[in-house]
Amino acid sequence: MDYEGRARCINLGHCTPACAQGAKASTDITYWPAARRAGVELRTHCRVREITTNAHGMAAGVVYYDADGREQFQAAEVVVLACNGVGTPRLLLNSASGHFPNGLANSSGLVGKNLMFHPYAQVYGYVAEETDSNRAPPTCLWSKEFYETDRSRGFVRGYTFQFGRGVGPVAEAVASEAKGLLPWGAGHHAAFRRLNGHRLGLSAICEDLPEEHNRVTLDPVMKDSHGIPAPRIDYRIGENTARMMEHGIAHAKKILAAAEATDICVNSPILYGGWHLLGTARMGADPARSVVNEWGRSHDVKNLFIVDGSLFVTSGGVNPTSTIQALALYIADQMKQRLANLFD
Amino acid sequence: MSAYSPLTPAQRDDLRAIAGAIIPASMEFDVPGADDPAIQADIVATLGRDTGLVREALDGLARLAGSPLAGLDPARREAVALELRAKGGAAVATLTRVVLQCYYRDDRVVRSLGLEPRPPYPKGHVLEDGDWSLLDPVRARPPMWRRA
Repeated sequence: MDYEGRARCINLGHCTPACAQGAKASTDITYWPAARRAGVELRTHCRVREITTNAHGMAAGVVYYDADGREQFQAAEVVVLACNGVGTPRLLLNSASGHFPNGLANSSGLVGKNLMFHPYAQVYGYVAEETDSNRAPPTCLWSKEFYETDRSRGFVRGYTFQFGRGVGPVAEAVASEAKGLLPWGAGHHAAFRRLNGHRLGLSAICEDLPEEHNRVTLDPVMKDSHGIPAPRIDYRIGENTARMMEHGIAHAKKILAAAEATDICVNSPILYGGWHLLGTARMGADPARSVVNEWGRSHDVKNLFIVDGSLFVTSGGVNPTSTIQALALYIADQMKQRLANLFD
Repeated sequence: MSAYSPLTPAQRDDLRAIAGAIIPASMEFDVPGADDPAIQADIVATLGRDTGLVREALDGLARLAGSPLAGLDPARREAVALELRAKGGAAVATLTRVVLQCYYRDDRVVRSLGLEPRPPYPKGHVLEDGDWSLLDPVRARPPMWRRA
């Protein structure tokens, strides 16, 4: 049904990139129009190089390149970062100065560390019934059965099972050919008709845990087109997460067997999804163990706030955007409520 | 003046032959093969950033075949195609992908799959309701989650 000015979903099936119907509650519809009506000025195609600070160690503004590549300075009473788990530490590290030689807001040494993702263990098979393929939202059912810690499983924390209904003909053909399910030559057409529109899949969205060796640093050589040092990412899947993924694969196979699925395929981790950028400016009460306090303000720079996925302390075994939005709203509320003594 | 083609005439001939070996025409399913002229034109026109790897795959194919693929007898052509597939690698995977993606977006092929050859917007799709009573046991059971 229509909801708050958004048209009802009509099952376009391409929810992830965008919704032509305008039914999806994406931020271009839910937040930006309201923000601009309230007076926010949006400058697009700009790239911030660094946050500058004043003699008191407070953020003074940002140096950025505008759409024409010209260097600009924007003064600010408050700087709010929302560049997520790679962009935020990159900008903080690129904002090193005499006052903050190890990068801005980095007295803990944790800026860029504890990078977390959501490694997805994907398993799918093919069932006799039609699965509506790409004729509706691609993910349609979630289970939290394995979300909470159960040490008998051999790992802590857990994962969400996300069920999917399949893909369209082109994606199905390319994927099933690569998996060796779709033959070349005479048997091609019959095999494709058995596969297309019959896929049933599920993914374990695993809760990655913080490990300091997984990190974002500045690349010593690589720079972007404005000459700003690029981020370098060091990451490997930890033992706990790997055991979680194996558990997810085993249970997904059981579920697919119960559904009488055949031609079971495993992609673990999947290459094209789940790499949500989290944890590199963690939130916490202890300035030695966190980058921002419990309401999003930098421990070191009292007019600098962070409202993105870099705040996460663990990754949560679920897609993170709703939680990031909730944190941003919470921090904005805190800023309003504490306005009189925001910088104390 | 002829239109620019990213492939040489020999490469286009080999592309047509290997595409037909990957997806032959079928009277049973009333579909053209991937060597169909319209599908071939779509492949060549949309190669874009895949051009380099497709050329590399076609060069490899020419070396395997030793002569134009289309000129080989059907058994030898099939053997060369299977050898190419077994060889694998990024170039062969790219060649295969561009053939598959152009074939399965052809209107005739889409219709043969029981689908309408149209973009999803603005018409959308109407789906039958599932059996919501399947969730009754889930609704009835106590929470499995920890209250924070």
